[in-house]
Amino acid sequence: MTTAPPSPFEYAPAPESRSIVDIAPSYGLFVDGEFVDGSGTPFTTVDPATEEVLSEVAAGTAEDVDRAVKAARRAFTRTWGPMRPADRGKYLFRIARLLQERAREFAVLESLDNGKPIRESRDVDVPLAAAHFFYHAGWADKLDWAGLGPGPRPLGVAGQVIPWNFPLLMLAWKVAPALATGNTVVLKPAETTPLTALLFAEVCRQADLPPGVVNIVTGAGDTGRAVVEHEDVDKVAFTGSTEVGKSIARAVAGTRKKLTLELGGKAANIVFDDAPIDQAVEGIVLGIFSNQGHVCCAGSRLLVQEDVHDEVVASLQRRIGTLRLGDPLDKNTDIGAINSHLQLARIRELVDIGEAEGAQRWQPACELPERGFWFPPTVFTDVSPAHRIARDEVFGPVLSVLTFRTPDEAVAKANNTTYGLSAGIWSEKGSRILAIADRLRAGVVWANTFNRFDPTSPFGGYKQSGYGREGGRVGLAAYLKEAR
Amino acid sequence: MSERLSVRKTYKLYVNGAFPRSESGRTYEVTDARGSFLANVARASRKDARDAVVAARAAFPKWSGATAYNRGQVLYRVAEVMEGRSAQFCEEVAALEGLSTSKARAAVDAAVDRWVWYAGWTDKLAAVLGGVNPVAGPYVDFSLPEPTGVVAVLAPQRSSLLGLVSVLAPVLAGGNTAVVVTSRNRPLPAVTLGEVLATSDVPGGVANLLTGDAGEIGPWLAEHDDVDAVDLTGAPAGQAMELERLAAGSVKRVLRPPAEEPDWTADPGLSRLTPFLETKTVWHPIGL
Amino acid sequence: MAGMTHVLDPDALSAGAPLRPEPPAPFSDVTRSDAALRAFLHGLPGVDQVGAEARVGVLATRSIKTTAKAWAIDTAISMVDLTTLEGADTPGKVRSLAAKAKQPDPTDPSCPQVAAVCVYGDLAGVARKALEGTGIHTAAVATAFPSGRASRAVKLADVRDAVAGGADEIDMVIDRGAFLAGRYLDVYDEIVAVKETCGDAHLKVILETGELVTLDNVRRASCLAMLAGGDFIKTSTGKISPAATLPVCLVMMEAVRDFRAATGRQVGVKPAGGIRTTKDAIRHLVLVNEVAGPDWLSPERFRFGASGLLNDLLLQRQKLHSGHYSGPDHVSVD
Repeated sequence: MTTAPPSPFEYAPAPESRSIVDIAPSYGLFVDGEFVDGSGTPFTTVDPATEEVLSEVAAGTAEDVDRAVKAARRAFTRTWGPMRPADRGKYLFRIARLLQERAREFAVLESLDNGKPIRESRDVDVPLAAAHFFYHAGWADKLDWAGLGPGPRPLGVAGQVIPWNFPLLMLAWKVAPALATGNTVVLKPAETTPLTALLFAEVCRQADLPPGVVNIVTGAGDTGRAVVEHEDVDKVAFTGSTEVGKSIARAVAGTRKKLTLELGGKAANIVFDDAPIDQAVEGIVLGIFSNQGHVCCAGSRLLVQEDVHDEVVASLQRRIGTLRLGDPLDKNTDIGAINSHLQLARIRELVDIGEAEGAQRWQPACELPERGFWFPPTVFTDVSPAHRIARDEVFGPVLSVLTFRTPDEAVAKANNTTYGLSAGIWSEKGSRILAIADRLRAGVVWANTFNRFDPTSPFGGYKQSGYGREGGRVGLAAYLKEAR
Repeated sequence: MSERLSVRKTYKLYVNGAFPRSESGRTYEVTDARGSFLANVARASRKDARDAVVAARAAFPKWSGATAYNRGQVLYRVAEVMEGRSAQFCEEVAALEGLSTSKARAAVDAAVDRWVWYAGWTDKLAAVLGGVNPVAGPYVDFSLPEPTGVVAVLAPQRSSLLGLVSVLAPVLAGGNTAVVVTSRNRPLPAVTLGEVLATSDVPGGVANLLTGDAGEIGPWLAEHDDVDAVDLTGAPAGQAMELERLAAGSVKRVLRPPAEEPDWTADPGLSRLTPFLETKTVWHPIGL
Repeated sequence: MAGMTHVLDPDALSAGAPLRPEPPAPFSDVTRSDAALRAFLHGLPGVDQVGAEARVGVLATRSIKTTAKAWAIDTAISMVDLTTLEGADTPGKVRSLAAKAKQPDPTDPSCPQVAAVCVYGDLAGVARKALEGTGIHTAAVATAFPSGRASRAVKLADVRDAVAGGADEIDMVIDRGAFLAGRYLDVYDEIVAVKETCGDAHLKVILETGELVTLDNVRRASCLAMLAGGDFIKTSTGKISPAATLPVCLVMMEAVRDFRAATGRQVGVKPAGGIRTTKDAIRHLVLVNEVAGPDWLSPERFRFGASGLLNDLLLQRQKLHSGHYSGPDHVSVD
């Protein structure tokens, strides 16, 4: 906080040891159970906190993708498809345990490659990824109860393209249900965060997963396109931007490919005047600043009832002042690095637009490291629903504060977006919470909490935030078809 | 005594609970299976489709917000009113589809029964598709199905009544509102169905029926930003891919057309309900 | 009728409306009636238990190392109210505690003193004498500690007795029965009366949060105690479980923070009971630091009510200084 006196209680650096991870100087593609060279020009992945090159990673071309899809098809028809469902489940249980055993390694690697604080990768990303495998493992031999009638069938080969914000967790959200339902997978990790997926490949080997069941093809947009457009892919699952989601929907139009999309969001976090203010402030902070705001369901629009606006904003600013920004590997860091130079530029652009449009920008006094990609937590007040920072997804630590006077106005403003992924409600009045939750057009509504995830809990959007669900029983439908 | 000269019906659109002519003033000739003239039918334009979407959007909050029990009763009421006009439906179906009276009768009966079937679904969906999620933490977490919104339906081209009801009823049962483009060449039962809907308790705008050419209106609906989903069942051959592409522009849910028009008498299960349902998940802490 | 058996201080029972001192602005009118006080306390923002627990859960992951840990251990030692509250307490026991308070680690003169020695009222004189000239405070529990179930006259007499014996800090208990029955003004009046009776002695108001159960109640009781003039709010007597917990401390730190922001008056906080390890203590200091701010990071504003905690702090301190682990025989038994 800008006005707080310096504390005598300065936390000494508490860095998590990097030595637990062993990053190879270069990585190939993981196809048919082996690491192989890619045909494209390799690219580097950097630590966004230091801009240090971590490794060189193979770029998959259409031919590489074709090899991966063929391997996946072979595995689907020969090993994974015919396998006893209970055995498929056991493989997934093994993977869950391996992720737990190597949790620290995954957490450190994730923070290095992504820039997110170790506290989050350690306490959120990795445990949830393991939980996803554990949960879906149990489904493998119980699919008659998946809600599609008796004897539902897998689709075949799933082509999956995942984003850079939760690299391992999004992998788990994609791979675990696909494998549990008997599909095989060709996964394309994000260009800037391929390393935990490649470490996951090693986990697949340690689990003795049959070759070809999971194939990982690294690369950029072209590689993803090759996965999506491959003729022998039966299912496409994508998490990422709405813009790319639309192009994928266009690409699979007229094909047999089943498509699920988890896209952008501009979630409203609605704070009523009877809210538990301190917890609401925590929820607002968690909602927009966790993972540097690189969260599709981030609560990026704070809708606060006018009569508590000043109090909430003051509390929020004081709280933001206690956030600790810096080395992602420091166990006390709350806000890490922006994932890439590109994303940083996008955030800066939108923040500049916000100021130009007349909103009031506030940032705590906060020193940014000299190297690496950083952006301070930012709050815009006096934001109008017409401002671009109230409409466009920033995907960064930038909060827009709007006000409302009545519940009707809150709902109208919350729903006034082309997105519909998530929303938050803060109030101590139960009936009001239920009424507002009912009227919000959003796939996940957090009441008196925010950004909670669980493998049993379906996640996904309304409107242009995409379609299909991940997690829970309904999530299985994305990878199954009825027996008939 | 000479035979009484019959009073013919004017076949119009059904939009927002009213029966307008097409704003374009256009009609087209509909003939029976043997090619004899039956009627001039309103040929809906893109502007009629636009008006229908506005009506469907306006009707959505109330229809989706009605209790499931209430929606079930309304849909059952449709079956009741339809049953009373089954002779007229039989005549139209027989003429248009070239069916014997008994086969036409069977199709009409099945259509009535389909309304009854879906009427019974409205208050079961949340229990069957939703539930409590046992999350690993002190939270109550539940998921429930909710309607997607405004659904554009390209109704089957061949099955003029049973097919139409089979695609419309599930959309309404889930709480959506609909803009339907009916079978181009067999639209008469659709218009009569509109009259049934108007005299049941279905609020105006919940179901809107446009007679005309899906090939002409379909792209406008598929690309319309305020339409949430499209059912391409009756899309003209070869046009489905283009419609799906247009629908991608606003991330619409798309129900692709079957390879050929299915046997509408088969039990549809949930296959036509779930494509137009979203899952909403709600979290709340459990504490003292 | 009940009054007849307890008249130790006739003034305390004087008829007619007492002249009730006003709480500080902007809250000066909230005690004008039972209804007004109730409306005020129930109008405070609610506390979501799960959210509060999640917040302390994150704070508990703070990793305090090396220089920060050394600072935290010494600060924690200086905040300890070294406590003995047993029926078996004797002057000898109290003198021995006082000796330890003055020189917690006999092998290391750089080790700071504790903040206070906390005893029952009848032993306050013993403690005061043993602590003469050290700057260490003598704290006495009073007001029919720990239950608080006695007439107000008895409670005030208890306070007077402890102060007369030499206590310069009084740890009172609130009337939880009255609080839970919604008789907030009674609770308020009693705290006011005790504060008045304390004279120059500092007043710590024990909420006994384990009996208040909900965090909403903790928040309300904290506010009530501050309105009534308490210098500190304290979690527990140590005789009821649960005693001090991090979520309770969080809510109390938020309460004192907000109270200062509103009135300018800074009230201290004392978690007591159940804090046994250095790790617990550091977690509390982190919470103080990040929730209320560094202004509370001193013995004037933050205390630990504890006995066993001190030895663990000393062991950790020794380890930090020597580089190797110590053992229980290297610190003194109480």
